[in-house]
Amino acid sequence: MDNSKEAQYIDLYRNVREVQSSVFEAYRKASFERFKRLGFPDDKSEQYKYTNLTEALSVDYGLDNHNQKELIYEAFTCAIPGIRSHLYFVVNDTFYASDEAKNQVFPQGVVIGSLKEASRLYSDLVAKYFGKLSEKEEDGLIAFNGMFAHDGFFMYVPENVTIDRPIQLVNISEGNTNQLLNSHNLIILERGAKVQLLVCDHTEGNARFFVNRLTEVHVAEEATYEHYKIENTSSDTTHISSLLIDQKESSKTLTTILTLNNGLTRNNISLMLNGEYAEGLLYGMAVGDLDQKVDNHTSILHNKPNCHSTELFKYILGGESQGGFTGRIYVAEDAQKTEAYQNSKNILLSTTARMRTKPQLEIYADDVRCSHGATIGQLDETAMFYLRSRGISEDEARLLLMYAFAADVIENIRIEALKDRIKLMLEHRLRSGVSQAASCILCR
Amino acid sequence: MSEDILEQVTQSEYKYGFTTDVETEIVPPGLSEDIVRLISQKKNEPEWLLEFRLKAYRHWAKMKMPNWAYLKIPEIDYQSISYYAAPKKKNLNSLDEVDPELLKTFDKLGIPLEEQKILSGVAVDAVMDSVSVKTTFKKELAERGIIFCSFSEAVQEYPDLVKQYMASVVPYDDNFFAALNSAVFSDGSFVYIPKGVRCPMELSTYFRINAINTGQFERTLIVADDDSYVSYLEGCTAPMRDENQLHAAIVEIVAMNNAEVKYSTVQNWYPGDKKGRGGIYNFVTKRGICKGKNSRISWTQVETGSAITWKYPSCILKGDNSSAEFYSVAVTNNHQQADTGTKMIHLGKNTSSHILSKGISAGLSQNSYRGLVYVGKEAENARNFSQCDSMLLSDRCGAHTFPYMEVNNDSAVVEHEATTSKISEDQIFYCNQRGIPTEEAVGLIVNGYAKEVLNKLPMEFAVEAQKLLQITLEGSVG
Repeated sequence: MDNSKEAQYIDLYRNVREVQSSVFEAYRKASFERFKRLGFPDDKSEQYKYTNLTEALSVDYGLDNHNQKELIYEAFTCAIPGIRSHLYFVVNDTFYASDEAKNQVFPQGVVIGSLKEASRLYSDLVAKYFGKLSEKEEDGLIAFNGMFAHDGFFMYVPENVTIDRPIQLVNISEGNTNQLLNSHNLIILERGAKVQLLVCDHTEGNARFFVNRLTEVHVAEEATYEHYKIENTSSDTTHISSLLIDQKESSKTLTTILTLNNGLTRNNISLMLNGEYAEGLLYGMAVGDLDQKVDNHTSILHNKPNCHSTELFKYILGGESQGGFTGRIYVAEDAQKTEAYQNSKNILLSTTARMRTKPQLEIYADDVRCSHGATIGQLDETAMFYLRSRGISEDEARLLLMYAFAADVIENIRIEALKDRIKLMLEHRLRSGVSQAASCILCR
Repeated sequence: MSEDILEQVTQSEYKYGFTTDVETEIVPPGLSEDIVRLISQKKNEPEWLLEFRLKAYRHWAKMKMPNWAYLKIPEIDYQSISYYAAPKKKNLNSLDEVDPELLKTFDKLGIPLEEQKILSGVAVDAVMDSVSVKTTFKKELAERGIIFCSFSEAVQEYPDLVKQYMASVVPYDDNFFAALNSAVFSDGSFVYIPKGVRCPMELSTYFRINAINTGQFERTLIVADDDSYVSYLEGCTAPMRDENQLHAAIVEIVAMNNAEVKYSTVQNWYPGDKKGRGGIYNFVTKRGICKGKNSRISWTQVETGSAITWKYPSCILKGDNSSAEFYSVAVTNNHQQADTGTKMIHLGKNTSSHILSKGISAGLSQNSYRGLVYVGKEAENARNFSQCDSMLLSDRCGAHTFPYMEVNNDSAVVEHEATTSKISEDQIFYCNQRGIPTEEAVGLIVNGYAKEVLNKLPMEFAVEAQKLLQITLEGSVG
């Protein structure tokens, strides 16, 4: 391992020893040890084969940035017509609640707020779940996150409580100096709880950002969790997001990962089906242009029998953009009657765009139904001809086909207003190209 | 219901387990520059070949054994392997001079040389351990200008051809086992089909591993010049042994303009016993290059043997309009492990490739498909379709699929499909209902499942392959 990049952060960790909540301390130390062993992933590692972080890590970043002075988040109200969400922010690496959300009265027992604060007020609860999923991950970046993350979003939904309006978490990377931002989100759903979380990612300012976020989600028996992540960041952003979801018996999750505008993005998504009859649905879409890079690295673990998972990822890549997709499906020895379906479909629009897919099926049980498919191609010429012969201009026909291609993913969004908004954003994105400002301007 | 039957059919023992007492000449175990020089000297090789071996050896000495495959490989002590073994009797003119023991071995394997010579019209280059013992039909081939001989003979007789094409597809530093082979390869087959010639018969070689503790390092080179055609068959069985034996071969194929090469393999080396003891390690580098325009290479393999199989017969599609195919059935049983598949490297324009892989795992075995489809920047209109299916016959085996797709050109269409399943009760019930007993039904379904690939084999092999599938999976035979 070339230690030069790691060394400065190892030194930094030793020097910046801020007094932390005791809940975090053991995890921080363990993460530090793991990071010393693993280092940053390089392109030789099989896991990060399609994500090259060499350039992004060569930038000199600042770390200590939670002394936010002027709150700019009010500019990002991210209001979506038709949705009245409870709005929260993580600006750089620190949590804020909107005024509306602060005054909101939730059902008895619901806790939504800063992880830092929760670790003080509900230390037993946080200690029970914090880092329990991530501590097993052999990933240098997750370990790195553990060393430096000190705050993030925290949500606890008690038994049989349904939160009827979506919770919206807006992550903003802001500033004019280069920053490396680590945050840790923790979401806990007790038995039969129901919640929808909408996560938006934005950047503001001309600096280079290296976002390294970790989200742990615990979904108990019969609970239902929906996670929508929409990324709209600058081309100078390196965005690493690790989403770890633990599912118990008969729980249901829907995860949708949309990358509309970005620099270099790496989503690690790990769905652990640890109870019988659990269901995990995972959808993703990415639109790439210029030299954008998107890599979704997904892992679905069928550890118990009778679980179901469906996975669909669709990319539209133009310019010199690069796409990567890894889809690991693991079926444990006794996980009989497993159903796991996976599909990765990709369109290349230019001669310089690249796509690399790597499905990975590891099956140890015999009574299973698993299938996966992957295609890389271009827009269908016959369909183009059909549209053109009916007097639709080439650009418009092209747009229609791309739009239809992406619809398979968007149609799975269960919040109607969000679905409409995403459609609009996609259309805007496809029409204007990346050179135009972020399409999220619609939401402001 | 079907579980008992499945258990029965997946428990059959290796049928071809026996050894022959043929005196062999073995160099001392271990690998060093001296051993490499000794092998080269024994084979009376020219200076350039010795240099090549030494270059490969020096490179190999710096390498580490790769560990990315989905295999559990016991540590291999490369210094305890003997790198050269040759039956003592050589330079035979007729069958009478061949060691009777050896002939008996071939008989047991179902390869009566003389009969085959007359009846089937197949030229056989039988390889016992490392040195070619008998080559038949050479004259008939020679009339058409076809060269089909042992590798060492080719080095002596056609050094220019060997020099030109050897290591042009698999360079000496390609990978750990290719480097090892390049340093110590003992013998193998060499085929050259001249311009415009269609080889009139299937060329085949039977490999056998015989001496104890002797790694076998074959090297095969097939060159098909412009407008030529050849179909090459390779089949192997090995005697039952308790010690693991390493096999690291290299197969290189070069197809020039409009040439077509068909390479078929039936591999049934000793897979180890039911407890996973013994068995062959089969770590082979097989690669072909479609060098000329409109050229075509097709790999077909039926893999039932070996304790560990680790190979990816690959194609580099360099010539415009070239095409490649890969058809594979891999069966693993008991403690067998296989990590096999293919690589299709599209570089030329309008190239196409087709991958069809059928994996069958039973017992406690692990069976992985690993494949790469790569489309280069300049490879306009590349097409690929891959299908890899897995069938699981027990609840303690594993079937894994790792297809890689890397596309750098927007005109490419690359598709991949895979399914994993077991024989369903419905299927068995359907057969039972029509009076087919369960055991036969299982055989029927497995054979039907593999049919698409078996159909691609030349006639001579199709029968043998079907038998092999039965022996591996059906208790009734053997």
